[in-house]
Amino acid sequence: MTDARIEALLLRADIEAFNAEYCARLDRQDLDAWVQCFAEDAFYVVISRENFERGHPVGLIYCEGRPMIQDRAFALLKTAMFGPRYLRHMVSNLSVAPQPDGSVQARANFVVFEVLTDRPDARILQVGEYRDIFVREGAELKLRERRCVYDNLLIPTALCIPV
Amino acid sequence: MDISPEHLSDVARLAWPGDDLTRIPDWVYTDQGVYEREVERIFHGRTWNYVALEAELPNAGDFIRSNVGPTPVVVSRAKDGAVHVFENRCTHRAAEFCRELTGNVKEFVCPYHQWTYDLKGKLQGVPFRRGVAGAGGMPKEFSPANHNPRQLAVTTHRGVVFASYAEDMEPLAEYLGPEVMREFEATFDGRKLVILGHYRHSLPGNWKLYHENLKDPYHATLLHTFLVAFGLLVAGNKSLMLADASGRHGVMCSAKSDPSKVTAEAKGEMRAFREGMRLADPRMMDFIDEFDSPWSVTMATIWPNLIVQREMNTLGIRQLVPTGPNEFIMKWTMFGFEGDSEEMTRHRLRQGNLMGPAGFLGLEDNEAIKFVQDGMLRVPGGEHVVALDPATPFGTSQTLISESAIRGMYRHWREVMGL
Repeated sequence: MTDARIEALLLRADIEAFNAEYCARLDRQDLDAWVQCFAEDAFYVVISRENFERGHPVGLIYCEGRPMIQDRAFALLKTAMFGPRYLRHMVSNLSVAPQPDGSVQARANFVVFEVLTDRPDARILQVGEYRDIFVREGAELKLRERRCVYDNLLIPTALCIPV
Repeated sequence: MDISPEHLSDVARLAWPGDDLTRIPDWVYTDQGVYEREVERIFHGRTWNYVALEAELPNAGDFIRSNVGPTPVVVSRAKDGAVHVFENRCTHRAAEFCRELTGNVKEFVCPYHQWTYDLKGKLQGVPFRRGVAGAGGMPKEFSPANHNPRQLAVTTHRGVVFASYAEDMEPLAEYLGPEVMREFEATFDGRKLVILGHYRHSLPGNWKLYHENLKDPYHATLLHTFLVAFGLLVAGNKSLMLADASGRHGVMCSAKSDPSKVTAEAKGEMRAFREGMRLADPRMMDFIDEFDSPWSVTMATIWPNLIVQREMNTLGIRQLVPTGPNEFIMKWTMFGFEGDSEEMTRHRLRQGNLMGPAGFLGLEDNEAIKFVQDGMLRVPGGEHVVALDPATPFGTSQTLISESAIRGMYRHWREVMGL
């Protein structure tokens, strides 16, 4: 194989590993560790496809910078009241586009299942697409931007754990 | 709405426990017959229902899908510039003909048999009305003018569009009353609105619980520990729970205070209060005083389907769409104003983290409403206690530790519902 092809495969594997770890942190509701997935100047938004496609900026969660992401984690862990639940984040269909400035644009589909303690079924909380920009901090990948664009416009009750 | 005799007799069997407003029976929130009567007498009755913001329909031909109670309607701007509201139901075979959430059209075409309606909702065309080669077609006496979808009365104020099934509704100012109108106009202060986007969610609870939540200032300092933990809303804040003369509308008002001034007594009652706690990015809680109002937060509950949120600088409409006694949908329309700087818009968006179905406060309200409905459905036949602040039997209250606005709402509800 050519070096370029190997490099592309390695980058892809890195991002797949990143996404798996990102989901694992959310699934075990380790939100402090989740915050560490982001670069200091990161932008994180959970936005409906309706808003995204119309150019409306409103997000369910809207964070400019890691400190705001940290506040989100703190508030959910320490102050927010919501019923107990388990979540599973699934990611697939990754596409990767390295940029001239060294950052990497990526997209992937996601599905988030949510199980409440009083129902037998796992319901689909969200289905959508991650639209990402990754940067390297040392050897580590970090998200400079993650836009979670969700298709199911009608949220069932509340979105308690991030996407 | 047609109420079948069985339902009438069902509802007729229900009786309010005594003449006391401090106990609300569960059937108010769970009974199908009560719900159907609410649709008939409240949402389809003598009320002004929020349907849209004019900023969503700037041009002729613009439309959005909306609802009056559970009933789907189309809100459109005709060529003469007027806003029209009509039922989204083809008069031929009942199809909900307008499917897009929003758009711009010259006319509406029902996809099933291509009956066409103009921007005012008037039936324009019936394909093959006179048949083919002299055979078939509609009866000779068929009159399109008698087959228009139901048209609703429309009124607009400061860019907010309301519709009513009642043809002779009083003007909006009279409907709201002077005090609620003053707060409405403090938020809609004449600046042109800019739409920032929507949230939509379903809630497994009765639609009235959402009104009650915002007529219940008691919960704000107890459920919403985020506000309390950061000392932003505490029991000693300057506040007002306003109700209009009828009791159906309300405005929960509070002014941001200095957390260092909280009394030791109030701190002791609030489990969540922690001194000296700070956000990593405190910009979210900044309040830019842009309104002519003593209040930094107002939550207006405008009967029957509108909440106007002015939570410091994050502004939004919440439209309630009931789908049955045990569930409703909420459509939020977040907005700013023409002339907002890019930084002001971003401030509104950052502060938006407080509200909506993932908001620090919003998600808690949604969860609490689910818990209440769960409680009623799983341990049925009970009643709610809304007895706080007996010195104010119903209506406006000066203290946050009061349920008088909820009692005022039920005084009105019982009158309209005959229950």
